[in-house]
Amino acid sequence: MDYFFELLLGGLTRGSIYALIALGYTMVYGIIELINFAHGEIYMIGAFTALIVASILTMAGMTGFSVLLLAAVVAVIYSAAYGFTVEKIAYKPLRQAPRLSPLISAIGMSIFLQNYVLIAQTSDFLPFPSLIPELPFLESYSHIIGPAEFFIVATTALVTIILTLFIKFTKIGKAMRATAQDRNMAMLTGVNVNKVISNTFIIGSALAAVGGVLIASHIGRINFYIGFIAGIKAFTAAVLGGIGSIPGAVLGGLVLGWTESFATGYVSSDYEDVFAFLLLVLILIFRPAGLLGRSPIQKV
Amino acid sequence: MKVVAELKKSLIVSVWFMFLTFPIMGIRVNTIEKIVEWRWRNIFIIGIGSFIISFVWRYLLERNRKQAEAKKGSQSWGRLILEEPKFYKPALTAVALFALVFPFIFSSYQTNIMTTALMYVMLGLGLNVVVGLAGLLDLGYVAFYAVGAYSYALINYHFGLGFWTVLPVGALLAAFFGILLGFPVLRLRGDYLAIVTLGFGEIIRLILENWNEFSFGPSGIAHIPRPGLMGIDLTLNESIIYLYYLMILFCLLTIFIINRLQDSRIGRAWIALREDEVACQAMGIDKTKTKLTAFALGATWAGMVGVIFAAKTTFVNPASFTFLESAMILSIVVLGGMGSIVGVFIAALILILSPEYLRAFSNYRMLLFGAVMVLMMVFRPQGIVPKVRRIYKL
Repeated sequence: MDYFFELLLGGLTRGSIYALIALGYTMVYGIIELINFAHGEIYMIGAFTALIVASILTMAGMTGFSVLLLAAVVAVIYSAAYGFTVEKIAYKPLRQAPRLSPLISAIGMSIFLQNYVLIAQTSDFLPFPSLIPELPFLESYSHIIGPAEFFIVATTALVTIILTLFIKFTKIGKAMRATAQDRNMAMLTGVNVNKVISNTFIIGSALAAVGGVLIASHIGRINFYIGFIAGIKAFTAAVLGGIGSIPGAVLGGLVLGWTESFATGYVSSDYEDVFAFLLLVLILIFRPAGLLGRSPIQKV
Repeated sequence: MKVVAELKKSLIVSVWFMFLTFPIMGIRVNTIEKIVEWRWRNIFIIGIGSFIISFVWRYLLERNRKQAEAKKGSQSWGRLILEEPKFYKPALTAVALFALVFPFIFSSYQTNIMTTALMYVMLGLGLNVVVGLAGLLDLGYVAFYAVGAYSYALINYHFGLGFWTVLPVGALLAAFFGILLGFPVLRLRGDYLAIVTLGFGEIIRLILENWNEFSFGPSGIAHIPRPGLMGIDLTLNESIIYLYYLMILFCLLTIFIINRLQDSRIGRAWIALREDEVACQAMGIDKTKTKLTAFALGATWAGMVGVIFAAKTTFVNPASFTFLESAMILSIVVLGGMGSIVGVFIAALILILSPEYLRAFSNYRMLLFGAVMVLMMVFRPQGIVPKVRRIYKL
C-alpha cells in the first residue's frame, strides 16, 4: 500500500509541474489559438535564471529559504520578459498570417532559445542547489512525502487559486476572457487586444518559471534540453483537460502525472515518455475537445 | 524629428535586450569550483547588435507592409529565370552537366556530402506533398524515415535480403505506417495534427531505443551492405560514386512524379483541401481518401530515403531519427517555399551543404536554423522560390 501511495504522490508532484506549465499553454491557446512551442523553453530559461541567481547568492553566503524565494522572483521576472519578447518578435507580426506560419515560427523560436542557452551556458547538466527547507510537521510521513513534493503541490494549488480569482475578478482577467471569446467583439468594446495578448504571455511565462524553479530544486539538475520534453508533456496535459480551460489544464496535468507515475511504477520505466505520448494520441483521437473542453462549433 | 524618434526606439530595444540576455549571456557560474564568471563583453555585443538589428527589423517590416499594400506586381529575377525558356533552359543544362561530372571533379568526401544533400532533397520533396500541397503539418516525418532505415537494417540482418529487394518493401512498410498514423488523426485540425505526429515520431524513436530484442537498442545495427550493381564488386570509392548517381536518378524520378501529381486530380484535391476543408468537401472530394494518400505518399518517400540512408551509412541507430531531423526537413520545405519543387531543391542544398563548408560556425548551426525559421515566417512566408499559383485566364 505504501508503494501505491508513493506512486500517487509522485504522480501528484509530477502532475503539478505539468499543470503549471500547461496553464501557460492553455491561456495562450485560448486567446490566439496558437501552440506556443517556445513555452517549454521559457520554463527552461526560468530554471536557468534561478540557478544562476541561487548560485551567486549561495556563494555570497546566503542560505535557505530566502535564496529560493529571491531566485524564484528573479526567474519569474525574466521568464515573463522572455515570454513578452518572444511574442513581440515571433508571433505579433504574424497575426493575420495563415495558421501554419505562427506555428512554424514558434518551432523556430523553440530551437533558437534552446541553442541560445546551449551556447551561452553549457550543454552539460548543471547541479541545482537544494534550497527547499525541511518541514518538521512532515517528518512522520517522510517515507511517503518529502518537503519538496509538499512544496510543489502546495505552490501549484496556491498559484491556481490565485490565477482563477485573477481571471474571474480583475479587469485584465475580464479583458482576457472577452478576447478569448471573440477577439473582434472585444476590440469593439474597447479592449486593447494587443495588450491582453502581451499580458497573457507574461502571466503564462511567469507560471512556467515557477514550475521551472520548483522542478529544478526538486530534481537537482538542469540542462538546456529540459524544456522540450516538459513542454510537450505540458501541452499534452493542456489538451487532455481541454485546451483553453484553466481547471482543465490542472486536471489534465494531474491525470498525466498519475498515468506516468503508475505506468512506470507498475508496467515499465523504460517507456515513461511513450505512455505520455500514447495518452496524447488516444485523447486526441477519442475526445479531441479534452476532458473539460467543449468542442467548437464550426461556422462557415 | 523622425531620426530622433527612431534612434530612441532602437535605444530602448537595445537596453531591453541587454537586460534580457544579462543572466544567460552575461554570467556563467561554476558551482563546483564556486566561481562566477562575468562576461560583460557579451552584453556589450548584444547591446550594439540589437541596436543595429532593430533598425533593419523595422525597415523590413515597413517594406513588407508597403509591398502588401502595393499588391506586388513586380517580377523578381528568380521568377524570371524560372519562367522564361530563354533563361531556364541553359541554366538547367548547366546544372545537369555539373551534376553529371561532379564526382569526377571533386573528392569522394565531397561526393558523399552531395549524396546526403540529395537525400534531403528527396525527403523535402516527400514532406512537401504532406505539408506544402495538402497543408497537413507533419512534425513526425522522421518516423517514416526511421521505418525505412530499420526495415532495411533488420530485414537484411535476419533474412539477408539485398538493397533492391528491400527498397520497395521499406517504402511499402513506411506507407503502411503512414496510413496507420493517418487514420486516427484525420479528424484533427492543423495544430493538433502537428502535436500528434510529433508524439508519433517520438514514440517510434523511443521504441527503437528501448526495445533491445527487436532493434538492438541505442547501439544500433552495423554492417549493412551498400547497394549492389548487378553483382559487380565495387570498391568503397566506386560505391560512393554509384550511390551518388543513384540518388540523382531517384531525385529526378521524384521530381517527375511529384510534378505530374501536382496537376493531377489528386494533386488538385490536396491543394483544395489545404485551402479550405469545408469547401473542398462541398465540391465532392473525399476528405479521408485525399488526406490518407497524402500521408501515405509522403511516408513512402521517407521510407525509400530511409532504406538508402541505411545503405549509405551502413549503420543505423535511433539517434539519427530525433525531432531535430524532422524540424530540419520541415525547415527545408518552409525555406524553399511550400509546394515549390525548385525551392525545396535549393533550400536542401543550402541547409545541408552550408554547415559542411562553414565548419567554423558549426556551433551556431542550430541557432541560425531556428532564427532563420522565425525570420522567414515573419518576412518572407512564401519561401525562397514561392510556388506559382496557376491562374486560369478566361
